[in-house]
Amino acid sequence: MRVRAAGIGTAAAAAVVLALLPFALSAYHQALAAQVGTFFVAILGLNILTGYTGQISIGHGAFMAIGGYTTAVLSRDHHTNLVLTMAAAFAICFCCGLLVGLPALRLAGVYLALATFAFAVSVPQVPLKFSKYLGGSGGVQSAKTVGHLWLYGVSWTTAAVLFVLAWLILRGRTGRAFRAVRDSEVAATSSGVQLPVYKTLAFGISAAFAGVAGSLFVMGTNGFAQPSEFGILLSLQILVGAAVAGLGSLWGVLAGAAFIGLLPTVSSDVPLIGSTHGQDVVFGLIVIVIMLLLPNGVAGLLARLARTRARGLNRGSI
Amino acid sequence: MSALAHRIGLRRRRSDRGVSLPVLAALAAACVFIVIGCLSSNIFAEQTVAGLAQGAVYASLALALVLIYRATEVINFAQGEMAMASVYIAYQLLQWGFSYWEAFFVTLAVALVLGIVIQVVLIRPVQHKSVIAVVIVTVGLFILIDGLVNWKWGGDIKFMQAPFGNKLYHVGAVTIARQDIGTLVITIGSVLILWILFQYTKLGLAMRAAALRPAAAALVGVRVDWMLAIGWGLAAVLGAVAGLMAEPSQFVLQPTLMQPILLYAFAAAVLGGLESPAGAVVGGLTIGVFLNLVGQYVHFITSELRLPFAFAVLLGVLVVKPTGLLGRGKVRKV
Repeated sequence: MRVRAAGIGTAAAAAVVLALLPFALSAYHQALAAQVGTFFVAILGLNILTGYTGQISIGHGAFMAIGGYTTAVLSRDHHTNLVLTMAAAFAICFCCGLLVGLPALRLAGVYLALATFAFAVSVPQVPLKFSKYLGGSGGVQSAKTVGHLWLYGVSWTTAAVLFVLAWLILRGRTGRAFRAVRDSEVAATSSGVQLPVYKTLAFGISAAFAGVAGSLFVMGTNGFAQPSEFGILLSLQILVGAAVAGLGSLWGVLAGAAFIGLLPTVSSDVPLIGSTHGQDVVFGLIVIVIMLLLPNGVAGLLARLARTRARGLNRGSI
Repeated sequence: MSALAHRIGLRRRRSDRGVSLPVLAALAAACVFIVIGCLSSNIFAEQTVAGLAQGAVYASLALALVLIYRATEVINFAQGEMAMASVYIAYQLLQWGFSYWEAFFVTLAVALVLGIVIQVVLIRPVQHKSVIAVVIVTVGLFILIDGLVNWKWGGDIKFMQAPFGNKLYHVGAVTIARQDIGTLVITIGSVLILWILFQYTKLGLAMRAAALRPAAAALVGVRVDWMLAIGWGLAAVLGAVAGLMAEPSQFVLQPTLMQPILLYAFAAAVLGGLESPAGAVVGGLTIGVFLNLVGQYVHFITSELRLPFAFAVLLGVLVVKPTGLLGRGKVRKV
């Protein structure tokens, strides 16, 4: 109980800090912080799938692309309110996730990684083919663009709502089923967990989160949805963020999002590597070093610290 | 040598060769279909030869993936980027005034060393942790190599000397590019050399032993760790061959050179069976020819849909026959 109170306290403190933060930031940093919020949502989604259900996906950039294009197209053709398009992205990507989850039922481990990788490479080609509706390589421009403060508010509010949603899903029966699938499919089946149902459900939920992230992502790029923005590197970044966050933990997600959102900017200030591509070098290096030194990510580190500081105190379930 | 093979049980019984009769029949039927097509239509024949050349590139990259997968159960997502980096090394050597074939062989040597170093420094420490950890390390490597190349050489388009020139041959009414023939000869040649290495040398036997039965191999004195590292080195060499042969067909050199080819190689490896080297070669050639013919005759599949179509093939194989054409099913204990 004490741990849960501490958890809620931390969440509340984080919420207050995030709510007050924009007033201390310049417009540029607000946009940057909004981007961190976007990655937060995407990593949260991937964590539900990979961290909690044990199904690896290198294809979440593709779901972000679907969500982003949903927003841009709805806004361009119907002038839909941008917040409503996020709901549409959620619903559409949920369905897409279920569809991708169906063949994924037969795959595990590296095979699933391969299939989702191929998915991530393939999806950005679709707008090029159907350039009449999806704008080709030039992309789709949504009817409305938003300011930095608006974007910050919306992305972190969304992040908070989805965080609570993820927490509610994962703490109950569904979350237990997910974790059972991750830890042992055989044991889960023999305890009555229906593998097909829960695996596809995890895919659906996870894709829906990524879709919302994609929609926020498009709002952050001045309302432009472009195929080149959703390349394979985006999928890899999200996976890396989830790994840095620590799979199977909700608390590390913030660290993972900050890592992939801020590192490029931070490292560009460092002399010698301060070119656009120096960032990628640093990014790749840090990812590898983190996997070598902290295989369980920031969450693993936090857990280890907590264990050494207060032995005997039960850890929270999330 | 055969005593060693016998002692650690490498010899397989004839019965589990893995190539089932229906698969053989289907492959034979496909070959017959293609031969008939080539005889009856010039365009068909030209597309087939071009497809074989592209397929040979996919096949050698797929073989690199399969070698690593067999030895360490790791899918190296950075394989394509490693190949791309090798092409840039060759580019640099050409700039320094090497002739093409000098640069070619020096690049292969560099790739061998780099492959070994990467395995020893980066992969070995995480190898026995989770699948996810290894995948993420190779993903990190992907980003790292991509960044390094962009940093050193820039992302703009570069031009490289074509190794085989632009000559065209005419066989009857069929036009065949010298470059396609050259690509086929070099890639298939390197695959054959590798096969001889694995099949007929002591090093090859030790490497097979280390991959298939590590514990038993270690007991009879094979240095398993080194064998795995050399396996990564050889895979990097194959990748470099694939990259160098892929570059002329793209006409220009840029850092995204190998990203689509990696996907085709994945599809090829899965089609052939991730565990089967012969399957990777068959799969690569099949994918190359198939994509070219489909692109020629199915008008909906334009060049933009080539990648999604390869994805569909990959997904189809994984769902219908996950062991691939030449792979064998795995029995898993629960």
